[in-house]
Amino acid sequence: MNIIDRRLNPQGKSLANRQRFLRRAKEQVVKAVREASSKRGIQDIENGDKISISTGGVREPTLHRARSGGVRDYVVPGNHEYVEGDTIPRPEEGGGRGREGSPDGEGEDDFRFVLSREEFLDIFLEDLELPDLVKQKVKQSESFSLTRAGYSVSGSPSNLNLVRTMRNSLSRRIALRRPKPDELLELERELADAEARGDDPERLEEMRRHLDHVRLRSRRIPFIDPIDVRYNRFESVPKPIAQAVMFCLMDVSGSMTEHMKDLAKRFFMLLYLFLKKRYRSVDIVFIRHTHEAKEVDEETFFYSTETGGTVVSTALEEMQRVVRERYPENEWNIYAAQASDGDNMSSDNARSAALLRDGILPLCQYFAYIEVAAEHNMGLSALGRETELWRTYKLVQRPDLPLAMRRVRSRREIFPVFRELFARDKVGA
Amino acid sequence: MTAVITRSEGPLYDGADWDYDKIKRVYDAIEHIAQKELGLDVYPNQIEVITAEQMLDAYSSIGMPLMYKHWSFGKHFARDEMLYRKGMRGLAYEIVINSSPCISYIMEENTMTMQTLVIAHAAFGHNHFFKNNQLFQQWTDAHGILDYLEFAKAYISQCEERYGLPAVERVLDAAHAIMPQGVHKYPKKRPLDLMAELKRNRDRQEYQEQTFNDLWRTVPRPAGGRQPSRTVSERKKLLGLPEENLLYFLEKKAPRLEHWQREILRIVRHISQYFYPQKQTKLMNEGCATFVHYTIMNRMFERGMITEGAMLEFLHSHTSVVFQPEFDDPRFSGINPYALGFAMMQDIQRIAESPTEEDRQWFPDLAGSGDGIAAVREAWANYRDESFVLQYLSPALIRKLKLFSVRDDSEDPYLLVENIHNERGYRNLRRLLARQYDLAYLEPDLQIVDVDLAGDRKLILHHRVTNGVLLDEADTKAVLRHIANLWGYEVQLVEVSAVSDAILKEHAVTAPTAMVA
Repeated sequence: MNIIDRRLNPQGKSLANRQRFLRRAKEQVVKAVREASSKRGIQDIENGDKISISTGGVREPTLHRARSGGVRDYVVPGNHEYVEGDTIPRPEEGGGRGREGSPDGEGEDDFRFVLSREEFLDIFLEDLELPDLVKQKVKQSESFSLTRAGYSVSGSPSNLNLVRTMRNSLSRRIALRRPKPDELLELERELADAEARGDDPERLEEMRRHLDHVRLRSRRIPFIDPIDVRYNRFESVPKPIAQAVMFCLMDVSGSMTEHMKDLAKRFFMLLYLFLKKRYRSVDIVFIRHTHEAKEVDEETFFYSTETGGTVVSTALEEMQRVVRERYPENEWNIYAAQASDGDNMSSDNARSAALLRDGILPLCQYFAYIEVAAEHNMGLSALGRETELWRTYKLVQRPDLPLAMRRVRSRREIFPVFRELFARDKVGA
Repeated sequence: MTAVITRSEGPLYDGADWDYDKIKRVYDAIEHIAQKELGLDVYPNQIEVITAEQMLDAYSSIGMPLMYKHWSFGKHFARDEMLYRKGMRGLAYEIVINSSPCISYIMEENTMTMQTLVIAHAAFGHNHFFKNNQLFQQWTDAHGILDYLEFAKAYISQCEERYGLPAVERVLDAAHAIMPQGVHKYPKKRPLDLMAELKRNRDRQEYQEQTFNDLWRTVPRPAGGRQPSRTVSERKKLLGLPEENLLYFLEKKAPRLEHWQREILRIVRHISQYFYPQKQTKLMNEGCATFVHYTIMNRMFERGMITEGAMLEFLHSHTSVVFQPEFDDPRFSGINPYALGFAMMQDIQRIAESPTEEDRQWFPDLAGSGDGIAAVREAWANYRDESFVLQYLSPALIRKLKLFSVRDDSEDPYLLVENIHNERGYRNLRRLLARQYDLAYLEPDLQIVDVDLAGDRKLILHHRVTNGVLLDEADTKAVLRHIANLWGYEVQLVEVSAVSDAILKEHAVTAPTAMVA
């Protein structure tokens, strides 16, 4: 008989098959990821998840009999009451036999499986058409460094801590009264003297015995014992990276359509991924506004609708308030992204511009304004009819201010806004 | 049991942790019992310790340690992995491969008792069955299979490099779709010898490489070629029709396939053929392994080689393996092959050793023959599931399991109970249950009957319909599409009643627009 340990064999033998499978099911997987990412929260975007695709492209058909029709015989165990000739009402779907076909005759469920974080992000980012380099940057996990963390009783010889080891050894030797080399020498000398003097043989004998005893003791109690040995211990800790907070501001008045909100959400997701990569902890604050602004949770932010006018300055004020209360600017890196369709009350424009210039931008690392437009509404806004808010912010914009403005009509255009962010990053680094 | 009970000095192991020494000790003890007392005859064993992930890997590549690459394996892996991670399904404790040496996989997280159980179950139970059952002896070559898979894997990855992934994938998809129809059910003139074939194949390739001369390509061929045969019977004979091995026919006769495409069909066909005995002996194979591990574990316990704690742990997992829910139990999903196989083999042992009057009537040769183990060994060697049930299912066991048969006629609004466990029902139940294990009956009877050589080269298949059960429409269409991809021309499938020869239904797909290559 042979026993072979295969546990250390290269892992991921099925990786090639998995890639083949994902490629095969690409179309459905992309669709499922798109749906999943619109349903899931911004902070969950990082986790891989169970997705479910229809079996269409990945069916493995075989020639087999239909599940219904014709005459069949079954032999089953567990008869309690039936005798020959009894009739049993045909079991309902799923009852009794449990193998009846489903009503539409297809009889196959959706295929569910789990995508890893990497795979999920790959497909998610691909949809946004990020350049590969940037994808790598966004996907990179955080780095670790080793720091000293006390001592341990096991480790590699190179990490041996000599001082600790010797200290333990010394205290053990003292505790167990290991004879010191000096004492031994002293005794030997005394014995030699006594022998030379020709002392009383009985006394000599006793001295010899004592000396033997001491020698034995020093042999039995080792100078360094394995239990003395200590090693330096290292722990890997994440590199200290500062914390960041990300403000999501959005106009939720009636003029924002689902499509616009979806664009905004994707932008927020991307920003979150980017921040997540650079900072150890990222908080998100959602502020929505109509003619008044409120801090809300994510669910409400994206999915509930409000009616009312549009006053942008309220959102900026709310943001200022939150920063004042919870995120002091010397402790937090503040990022903000505002999504809007560009409407604002004319009377509020001046106030918004002032707030942005004097109140918000000095606090922020980066302030991104994206103006989302309906996908088909190419004509007017593309031809340069600028919206209220766009004109207002444009007045504020200066090269030295961390303000980026973009118009986004489709998912493909989300990335260009980001390029600026990364370009800044390069200069900063 | 009359075996001499010798008390050993103490248990072979203690506690749940395993190590190689303990496994070695336990293996030796099991080997002694298996070979000396049960008279098992096994291939040399190779036991491999693997992790859960590797187990999932093995699952998805139909249990084989090497396999060519295909997306369907990735699909199965993805599904199994999710089910496992979410705790919806446990993993098997072992996988065993019909090869010589016989490879058994055991998982690292098993306890020592489980490892003992697995060694008895797989390394001796399954192993003995593989080596001694006549189906395996006749159809599979345990010595050559691993080498052949190695060749298959290398060959297919070469093809992928040379002809591109999509082209290879198309052939494999099509071949997989008709894999169940890719077996020879009866021996051909020449028994299949994978080793020799592999060697011949290599030699042939080498010879072709050595004698390749580009000049031959330029030699003009005789115009016209052979005249198409005139009569139907002559044509059928020429093509070897009717043929039920679809893969074989396409490999040999499909007009538009490249050489490498034929080779891939051949690989898939060989793998399908290799697994065909396993499909026919699921009940017996599992029953045999379960019977062996149960007997061995009990003997070890009697001799004090395993502790009481270990025995309880073993009994716990053994009983859950052989648990048979009744038909109205929500857990019921058909007859558990472990349960039925184990029960039948215990029954054979009982009949041989202490028969009742009824047993003497039903099994005059077997009853009271004395050596139960020998009787069971005899059954393992000479039967497959269907014939095994037909031969050995006893009235006592039918009563014990309370078997009954139900007739489901789609014309009637209800199901009819036809037979129950009484004098009138025993023989019918036995016959019906045996038929549930008869692959020839379970799988649709499909044959290639004709090719329209003079016309548009349409391939014609027949499905002989029994009991009015037709083929599944959507899947059949998809498979025919795959067949058409290989054949290169139109394909038609006709469902013919086996009773009246009336045509019940026709499926057809047109010729593929693009070539396979």
